[in-house]
Amino acid sequence: MSNFFTGLLRLKRGPWEMLATILIGLGVFMLMQPFVLWAFTYSFVTTLVGTVMFIIVSHFKD
Amino acid sequence: MVPMPQDPATIAASATPPRVARKIKGLSDRAIAWIFVGPTIFLLLAINIFPLIWTIRLSFTNFKANRNREVEWIGTRNYERILTDSDIWLNMQATAHFLFWTIFFQVLIGFTLAYLINKKFKGNDLWTTIIVLPMMLSPAVVGNFWKFLYQPQIGLFNYIVAFFTGKDPSSFEMLGSVQLAPWSIVIVDTWMWTPFVMLICLAGLRSIPDYIYEAAEVDRASKLRQFFTITIPMVLPFLMLAVLFRGIENFKMFDLVVQLTGGGPGSTTELTSINLKREAFEKWRTGYASAYAIILFVTVFGLASIYVKALNKVKER
Repeated sequence: MSNFFTGLLRLKRGPWEMLATILIGLGVFMLMQPFVLWAFTYSFVTTLVGTVMFIIVSHFKD
Repeated sequence: MVPMPQDPATIAASATPPRVARKIKGLSDRAIAWIFVGPTIFLLLAINIFPLIWTIRLSFTNFKANRNREVEWIGTRNYERILTDSDIWLNMQATAHFLFWTIFFQVLIGFTLAYLINKKFKGNDLWTTIIVLPMMLSPAVVGNFWKFLYQPQIGLFNYIVAFFTGKDPSSFEMLGSVQLAPWSIVIVDTWMWTPFVMLICLAGLRSIPDYIYEAAEVDRASKLRQFFTITIPMVLPFLMLAVLFRGIENFKMFDLVVQLTGGGPGSTTELTSINLKREAFEKWRTGYASAYAIILFVTVFGLASIYVKALNKVKER
């Protein structure tokens, strides 16, 4: 876990991609879940942030 | 004197008209490459990138394609309306139900069929052809004939279900029932596209060299162990590819469902693509529909990005 945060601080590609992937996955789940409407409301922002982050961080060094 | 034979490149070069040859002379390799690639890049920009940028722009306006009035910039209001609309939330859930179950059944049945077809037996090729037939048909045709199959009075499907369950064939209506309609579109899509998943899995199974299984036999590995430690890991990239293709296709599924249920009964089978079409071309809320399309695009793009990444990781193993 500490490796993950160290990687984030040092702008390593792996941990940042992991974070972006989690955001995209969470956004898609929020978009399609049948439980709460507020999650649906904030799903697009979450997916968008994750997707843009993914595009940017995939250019970081390993 | 006998003329010297010329190589094909010299013959081709001499065929270039002198005027063109004079113009090309002096251009770098990079410039010539750009001349060749240029038209493709131009087409890509004109057909893909420009409409995307235009749609993003429209999504922030109240533009209506059937009205000739001044377009107002309304900021993120379209996005706010969509993302607080409980009807669209229900459409998303209907899409999620369709997406999850079609992929689940297609992968399960497709892989099983591929595994069976991969075994050498008599009539192997004939069975492959028969199984592959549904995906060669047009979705409009498939939608129409499944509509007949689902008819409560004359439909074969109801009679088959009645034969196994003992129910009256006309006692249930697949396309008219709120509970059964979502499953009826899942069944048809699974019937039509399982062969596609089967073909991809079959390619994966046939790419596994026999010597790996022979080595496992020598090591006295059981069939079950061979299946889980050789077959599944080696077919996994192919399976993931199939899931990616089907996931993206089913996310924008339109024709088959329109033919079968038209989004009904009520809006139980109204997938996002059908709803989007209604907003854009029946209600003519172009700005609103553009925002809707952008939300779907970002979702598919995000999913495809992580999926391609995962696929590359599996391939590297």
